[in-house]
Order: sequence, then structure tokens, then C-alpha cells
Amino acid sequence: LSAKSETSPSIFTSKNRINKINNRIFTGLVWIISSIVVLFILGLLVLILQRGMPHLSWGFIFGLPSEIDAGGGIGPALFNSFYMLFISLLIAVPLGMAAGIYLAEFAPENKLIGFVRICVEGLASVPSIIFGLFGIAIFVEMCGIGLTIIGGAVSLAFLNLPVMTRVTEEAIRAVPKEIKSASFALGATHLQTIRKVLIPVAISGIVTGISLIAGRAFGESAVIILTAGVSTSGEMWDFNLLSPGETLAVHLWYVQSEAIVPDAVEISQKSAAVLLFIVLMINFLFRVPFWIKDRKKG
Amino acid sequence: VIQETATEQMHVKYRELGTAIKAGSGRRLDRKNRLLFYNRTFKYLCIFSAAIVCLILFSILYFMFQTGILTFREVSPLKFFFSTEWSPETESFGAFGFIFGTFALTALTLLFSVPISVFIAVFLAEMSPKWLRNFLRPVLDVLVGIPSVVYGFLGLTILLPLLHQWSGHEIANGIFAAAIVLTIMVLPTISRISDDAISAVPEKYRNASFALGATRFQTVFKVIIPAAKSGIMYGIILGMARAIGETMAVVMVIGNTPQLADALFKPTSVLTSNIVMEIPNVPFDSTWNYALYMMGFLLLIISLIMITLVRVFQRKGTKS
Repeated sequence: LSAKSETSPSIFTSKNRINKINNRIFTGLVWIISSIVVLFILGLLVLILQRGMPHLSWGFIFGLPSEIDAGGGIGPALFNSFYMLFISLLIAVPLGMAAGIYLAEFAPENKLIGFVRICVEGLASVPSIIFGLFGIAIFVEMCGIGLTIIGGAVSLAFLNLPVMTRVTEEAIRAVPKEIKSASFALGATHLQTIRKVLIPVAISGIVTGISLIAGRAFGESAVIILTAGVSTSGEMWDFNLLSPGETLAVHLWYVQSEAIVPDAVEISQKSAAVLLFIVLMINFLFRVPFWIKDRKKG
Repeated sequence: VIQETATEQMHVKYRELGTAIKAGSGRRLDRKNRLLFYNRTFKYLCIFSAAIVCLILFSILYFMFQTGILTFREVSPLKFFFSTEWSPETESFGAFGFIFGTFALTALTLLFSVPISVFIAVFLAEMSPKWLRNFLRPVLDVLVGIPSVVYGFLGLTILLPLLHQWSGHEIANGIFAAAIVLTIMVLPTISRISDDAISAVPEKYRNASFALGATRFQTVFKVIIPAAKSGIMYGIILGMARAIGETMAVVMVIGNTPQLADALFKPTSVLTSNIVMEIPNVPFDSTWNYALYMMGFLLLIISLIMITLVRVFQRKGTKS
């Protein structure tokens, strides 16, 4: 027994030392890997902005693209991006919100609704190209209108509908039951409760969802290539819903891989910078009000 | 006496008020009826929207299946799933190369991204100082939303020349380049969800582990990661879904050649990239097109299966 008690402390100390070394190595490793990876990704983004931003000019941002000569701009593509973003949000946000409110507030708990929920959740993360294929079948084949802005915008809206529905449902479900009961106890109808209590409480979740789908719609390219094409009508401020609707994201790909203009590299660098800048701005603008609100709350 | 009659009158008044609210004022469009009308209309509107959403979703499922299944009128399923010969000009549609490419690419992406993501998550949840954490979390959230063409553009202009120099291959396109681009894309997703899962592990587990004399290394690997396992799996599956479905970033670096991806640096093609490159030039009523739709349907099924898996993991997570 005495022999044991003599040896065991030394075992402990040697094990302890190994553990301590392991621990130190591990801590160092985590710090190094995390900082390298994060710095690397941020560095890439800064690189894009840095390569494109200094050469930007209004002539490039609002200029017409050219097929053969150097010096083409991105005006119509940029306009199409915003135009299609606007139309798709106009469809996806009200429909998605109403469907989300239905699932959170009115839907009975049965197997059919359970199945619908699984479908919504499933389609929220289905590859976007599926929606592109669906868009081709509906707009190009069945309606026969070809590659158009409206086809692209509606396909984008379909892509974002499940996400919007899910985000709204979750945000409304997360509202504490007491608040809802208090509203009913004051004699409010269901609509009044939803409008004046549930939505205001859940608004930060809903707006985050909208910023998510807006960013996704703005940067989406596969769906647009399939349903709206890789060319623009070649005019600025073309509101016609039936003209072809290449967006900025598609233009970035097109110039880099298919186009034959001599200054393709420069155009794509500048387009990438503009695209990245706008996506960052969308994220930023939607989030700032909540940061301020959080800060005020303390 | 006066006081009593006064309270009595008040009671009467309140009773009247109460009944007035219940019964309304009797006019057809008074406030009460209007509110009830809006209430009911709103409910029907919601039901209507939910029905439209369901209709769209089900018609996508139905449509992809119905168009895809037409492939098998001309091509035997055996050939479609197990042949690597894809040459539409000679009417041979073997999609095995693309299916294999998709799985190989996803596996390679996860091999790179999961260890790094878990490290970042551990760093965020356990080690980083508070100011850094408050800065990095929103940054990662923003990174999730960067368009995929931007990553593809980076891969095309920066990664491919580097790989070309480093590996000495004439053409550096292939699943290795695509896997690196995808790793950068799914890293923020997996690390943020794992970070949330690790942060949700109760503080008492950590304290108990430290009280037993465990170092941080032991605590993280023996206590925290096992406890956050289901959350981390959830993040990995979401990352996987993104890797399988990603189109444009892959198109830009993979080389777009229909051949089996049996080497890391060999131009090849996966399901998504092949669909997007070929479909604009294909007539709708052709076996070629149907085969592409069948490939889309496969993608749809794969991602639906993964979502079901996510649900299973979530349920496990809430149970334990």
C-alpha cells in the first residue's frame, strides 16, 4: 500500500504535465487556425473591393454593356438586379408572411399540416437550380414568353417563399404566450392581436428574414441564367417586364467566362466589387436599426 | 341611501356597457361587426396564401418528377444511374459520372471544412475575448450571405492560378479547386451553427469538468463537443446541403467536362453544373432535357432526405 501511495503522485504529475502541454498546444492551435481562416476570408473580400472600387466611375455604373469593344458598363444589369429584387420581394414577402402567420396561428395540428411544414422546410434548402428548372417549365415552356424579367422575378420569389414562410412562422411562435393572452384578455380580436402585438414583437426576426432573402435574391445567378437569360435589352431604365433580364451577378459570370470583350478582367473585377458592396449594404441597412435598438435597451 | 342608489346605477350602467359591447349597436356596419369582418377576412387571406405556397411547392415536386421520369421511356434506369457515358449527340445518357462527382465533391468539402469549422466554433464559444466574439459573429453571418458568384470569381481569378503553379498541372480545374471554394462558402454556416450549439451547453457541465481537474482541452473534447453533438451535426448537414446544391461557384472552377472525377485535378462536372451549362441549349421535348430534369429531381430528393435527417437530429437534441 505504501509503495502505491509513493508511485501514484509521480504518475499524476507526469500525466498532468502531458495534459498541460496538450492543453497549451490545443489552445494555440485553435487561436492560430481561427485567426488565419477568418483573416484569410476577410482578406479575400477586401481584395475584391480594393481591386474594383478605385476604378469605378459613374460611366461604368450607369453605362451600357458592349459585346465587342472595350469600355462597356453595367447599367442595365444593375438596374435589372434591383428591379427583379423589388418584384420578387413584392410577391414573396406578403405571401410568405401570410402563410407563416397561418402556420403559426391558425393551422390545426394534424398530419397534413405536419407534412406541409416538412415540405416548406425542405424546399427552403433545396438547391436553387431546381427553381430555375421549374421556372423554365412554367414560363418558357407553358407560357411561351421566353427568357424574361417577370419569369426570373417570379422564380426568385418562389425560391424565397419557403424561407420567408419559415422565418415568419418561427418569429411569431417565439413571441411569449403571456403577451398574446394579455392582448386577448383586453378584448382584442385575433387580427388586432396579430397586427398590434405579435408582429411588432416578432419584427426583428421577420426583418432579418427579409434581409436574408433580399441578399439571396440579389446575388442569385443560377435561377436567373435559366429563367431570365444572359443578355439585357441594351437600354437603361427598361421597365418592360417581358425584356430579357440579366442581372449583375449573372453579368459577372458571363463576362468572365463567355464574353469576348478585351477588358473582361477589368469589367469583372469592378462588377464583383459593386456586387459585394451592395450585398454588404443590404445586410448593413437591415441590421443597423436593431443594433441601435439593442444598444438603447442596454 | 344615496350612495347605494349611485352604486346600483353604476352597476346597471356597466351591465349595459357590457351587453352593448357584446351585442353591438345593432347597425350593420358598426365597429364590432367591422372588426369581426376584418378578422375573418384576414384569416381567409392567410389560409389562401398558405394554400398558394403549398400549391407551388407541391407542383415543383410533381413537375420535376413527371418531367424527369420521361427519361426512362428511352433510357433504361440501369444505364442512367450506372453508366458514365454522357454524350447526348449519340443518345447515351449515363449520369453516374455526375452523381459520383457530386458526392465526391461534397465529401471532399466536408473533409476540409468540418474540422476547421469546429475549431472556429470552439474558439468563438469558449476562448475568444468578448469584444472579438461580438465582432466575429455578425461578420460570419454576413459571410453566409455573400453571393456564390463572388466566391466563384475568387476561385477563378486567384485560386486557379495558384493551384496551377503549385501542382504543376496544365489545367488546375477539378474537384479539388471546387472543394476549396465550397469550403470557404460553407465554413461560416457550419461554424455559426456549431458555435450556437456549443454556447448552449449548460455552464454547469463545464464547471463540473473543471472541478474534476480537467484541462480545457479535455473539457472541450470529452464534455462540450459530445454535449453539442446534435447541433454540430445539424450545421454539418446544412453545410452539406449547400455544397450539394451550389451551382455557379462550382461551374466557374470545375472545368465542365463530362468525365468521371477519378483525379483531383481533372476537369469534370457535377449534377448542378451540368444542368446549368447544358439546359439553355436543349429543346424542351427531348430525352436530353428529360435526363437533365431527372438529375434535378435527384438533387431534390437528396436534399429532402437530408432535411429529414436534420429533423431527426433536432428531435434528438431536444430530447437529451
